[in-house]
Parts: sequence; structure tokens; C-alpha cells
Amino acid sequence: MSLIEFPLLDQTSSNSVISTTLKDLSNWSRLSSLWPLLYGTSCCFIEFASLIGSRFDFDRYGLVPRSSPRQADLILTAGTVTMKMAPSLVRLYEQMPEPKYVIAMGACTITGGMFSTDSYSTVRGVDKLIPVDVYLPGCPPKPEAVIDALTKLRKKISREIVEDRTLSQKKNRCFTTSHKLYVRRSTNTGTYEQELLYQSPSTLDISSETFFKSKSPVSSYKLVN
Amino acid sequence: MIIDRVQVEAINSFSNLELLKEVYGLIWILPILTLLLGITIEVLVIVWLEREISASIQQRIGPEYAGPLGLLQAIADGTKLLFKEDILPSRGDIPLFSIGPSIAVISILLSFLVIPLGYRFVLADLSIGVFLWIAISSIAPIGLLMAGYSSNNKYSFLGGLRAAAQSISYEIPLTFCVLAISLLSNSLSTVDIVEAQSKYGFFGWNLWRQPIGFLVFLISSLAECERLPFDLPEAEEELVAGYQTEYSGIKYGLFYLVSYLNLLVSSLFVTVLYLGGWNLSIPYISFFGFFQMNKMVGILEMTMSIFITLTKAYLFLFISITIRWTLPRMRMDQLLNLGWKFLLPISLGNLLLTTSFQLVSL
Repeated sequence: MSLIEFPLLDQTSSNSVISTTLKDLSNWSRLSSLWPLLYGTSCCFIEFASLIGSRFDFDRYGLVPRSSPRQADLILTAGTVTMKMAPSLVRLYEQMPEPKYVIAMGACTITGGMFSTDSYSTVRGVDKLIPVDVYLPGCPPKPEAVIDALTKLRKKISREIVEDRTLSQKKNRCFTTSHKLYVRRSTNTGTYEQELLYQSPSTLDISSETFFKSKSPVSSYKLVN
Repeated sequence: MIIDRVQVEAINSFSNLELLKEVYGLIWILPILTLLLGITIEVLVIVWLEREISASIQQRIGPEYAGPLGLLQAIADGTKLLFKEDILPSRGDIPLFSIGPSIAVISILLSFLVIPLGYRFVLADLSIGVFLWIAISSIAPIGLLMAGYSSNNKYSFLGGLRAAAQSISYEIPLTFCVLAISLLSNSLSTVDIVEAQSKYGFFGWNLWRQPIGFLVFLISSLAECERLPFDLPEAEEELVAGYQTEYSGIKYGLFYLVSYLNLLVSSLFVTVLYLGGWNLSIPYISFFGFFQMNKMVGILEMTMSIFITLTKAYLFLFISITIRWTLPRMRMDQLLNLGWKFLLPISLGNLLLTTSFQLVSL
């Protein structure tokens, strides 16, 4: 298990007793009631949903699933994010009120997962859209892994300073390299069937010749009839 | 000269009166603050109870890591909501959006005025006690309607409308039940209602004299609290979060508070109206009859009575929490049918029966 780095730890903060305790109080309150948004686009959500139930019970950590982004603190991007879903995801993220956290759940939302090589519609990593706090690999990750990600996020929250967080979000909001996708002429010309019908005699001749050669005469006889 | 002296004396007495008034004003604030503090603590306890009981019903553990046994979970939630960003919808009606939750909170806090926690332990023993609660609790739906309308969101608006419809239609059977109770005790004052039940201990409860009324009151108070068999205004699957959809931060926290305050008020009123209030309710045994009445015994008695009231209230709370995690949600038409076509005639019939019995016994 690799430990998360804490870049905020090195920064100097005020040593005042009152402000420190207030900061600790707010950090503690935020880490112990992280309300996740009910957001699921595919199979990862099944694993996430089992956390609501009795076996893995994330209410132990004070997580209450909310359906409105206005009341959520955390979004677990459970499932593949497509190009079509991307604007909605960004909008949901923007609708959440400020101390907000993102866990990129599953391979699809980290790199695109099994869709990363040849898909025309999958977003290669949700960090191209929204700043991610914890990456949670797996396809799909086990509920235990989600709990692990949650504890890491709680650790991260417990050591952060509010002003620095908003600053670092503006500064370090790093985008990975752009998609290696390029616009192509649409292959959907709408003339499929005509082409197929029109070209059928010639193509059928060739294919049928080769086909009949390899096949037994009985079958060819049947086909001709 | 004589006139002058009189004037001076008048002025002196007036200033004395003013001073006295100020002192009394300060003294009168204290019980109010105490009550507010008590209510806040109780709401925190109820939130914790709700989460732990719901967890144990579903074979979960519930809040575990926030404080011992998750006791600080509600405080953590509240603090987080306080520190969270407060979003105002750009095209919403901002004044209404801000006033809505506060109207709901204030109207419910006001109804704690008339709840007696013990003999002579009530903030205001008004002669119209229960009526004040009914009158004031019907202000809360205005706040919810404001919240729904001003959010400029279809889900919120539908949720607000549903909340208003539900509150109005269930207020009427509730009022009829309260009327029947007040007929039995010949008074609207909450203290008198409890006193009327104190005669035969457990058997003197209004629960036995008004069984139908008790059931109707139970159902309609659940509907007033918008709890699960009737939580249509916040139905998650249909309306995202009902009239709360656009609320974030502490304003959402206020709505959260309202729902639990409402539950607390209802359970306390069930205790007062049907379960004999602060009386020990074991027949023919009076706990403090043996002692001489002195100050210590008085304080002990007061503590006992508060403890008994709260125990009875928590019994009702436990029942309503269990119901919440047991029953499925009703449909809107079923809800209104139940309210108007079933509960209203039954409560009317109950009132008629009670009235005729009272007339016969006269």
C-alpha cells in the first residue's frame, strides 16, 4: 500500500491556538460526514451500492448518500464516463458546494480502462474533466478498496488547510495530455444498403466462386437451386 | 411645590419600574435559553438514535468513528453544514429562498412554548395551549412552499406543493383529535389536559378513552412530520430531494433540523395528549407522598417528571423510527385518499361520539 503524499503538509500555517483548533474542528467535521453523491454510470456503482448495505456499511464513516449535488461533499465517479456524459459530470461537480472531493473509482475513470485503446466515446480519465483527490484502481474495485480510498481521503482532509486547498485547486489543477483523437469524415453516409445491393452481383460472384470451390458439390447444387 | 414633589415621586417610581422590568426581562430570557439548549441537545440525540436504530434494523453498525459509539455524528454533520458553501440559485427568488427555512424553524420552535415537561415546568401555560400549536404548526408549510417556489427548480416546486397539500389535508384530522381530547378534559391548556389524566395512573390515560383518536393522531402526526410512509415531499426517486433540492450548507441544515424538531414536538404532544404527560402512571402509588414537601424533594420531583415525559416521548420516537424503516412510501393519490376519505370521516365520527358521551354524562 502506497501512502499518499501530503504536499500541503510542508506549507507554513499560522501557529495561533484558536485558528488551529478551529481548523481542526472544521477538518474533523468534514472528514467525518462526507456525504457522497449518488452517481453511477456503470458496473462500479454495483460495488459502490453494496457499501450502502449491511455488509460494508459506509454509514460507519458517516457517509449518507445524497441525490442532490447541492448537499453532497464527495463524488465517486463510479463507472465509465463517456464524451456524452462528460458535460453532465462537470456540471454536477460544479453544482456541489465548495469543500468538495472526488474519488476516481475504477480503471475507466482513471485511464479509460479497457476502453482506452480503441473507443471513440470514452473519456480517458476523469481527471481531464474534474480535479481528482484519490485514484481508486480496479475493474471494478472491491468495496474494501472503496473503504481504503475513503480512509485515505479522510487522512488527506485531516491534514489540509482550507485556504491552501482552494489555492492549490486553482494552481495545481493539472490536466493530463489531450486526447489523441482526431476528427474524421463520418463513415455513416446513409448509403450502406444501396451500395450493398448495387455491388452485390460482382462481389457475390467472386465470393461465391471461391466459396463453391472450397465446398462440396452437393451443397453448391443446393445453393444454386 | 406639592405638584412638583408628586411629579418627582412619579418619575422615581417609574424609573424603579423600568429597572425592575429590565431585570425581569433578563430573568425571563434564561428559561427560554435553557429550553433552546435542551431542544438542541435532544435533536442531536434523536439524529443519533435515528441513525443507530435504522442501522440495527438493517443489520448495519451505524455511525462508529465520530466520537464514542458515533455519538458526535450529528455534531459533525451540523458543523460541516455550517462551514459549507452557501449556494444561492442565480435565477431564484433570493429573499424568499433565505426566509423559507427560517419560517419553518421559527414556527416549530414556537410550539415548544406550550409543552409541559413537568408540573409547573412549562414556558407559558396558555389557556389556548394546544390550539396555539395547531395554529402555529400550519405556518411551517408556508415556509416549505416558499422554499419550493423560490428555488426555480421543478423538483423543488413539486416538492413544495406536495408538502403544502399534505400538511393542509392532515391538519384537519389532527385538529379533530385534539378537539376530542379537549372535550374530555374541558380545557385547551396542556397542563390541564395532563392533570385530567392523572387520576387512575396508567388506566387514566386518554389512550384508553380515545383509542381511535390516538391512532388517527399517530398517523396524521407522522404525515405532518413528513416521515417515511408519507415522505412524498422529499421522495428521492421521484423528486431529487423535494423542496430541499437547491439548498446547501446551513440552510439545508435548518430543514434537517426542522424535520427532527417536528418529530420531537409531535412525540411530546402524543405524550401530553394521550400518554399522561409527566405522571408516573403506576396506579395507587405516589412516589413522593411519603416525604415532606421541601426544596430537595421538589427538585427531585421535577427531575423525575422531566425524565418520565422524555421517556414516553422517546417511546413514540422509537415507534416512528421503526415505522420509517419498515413501511414503503405511499403514492400521492393514496396519501390524499387516506387523508380526506378515511381519516377525516373517522376523526369526525370520533369527535361526534365523544361529544355525545360528554353530553350524556352531563
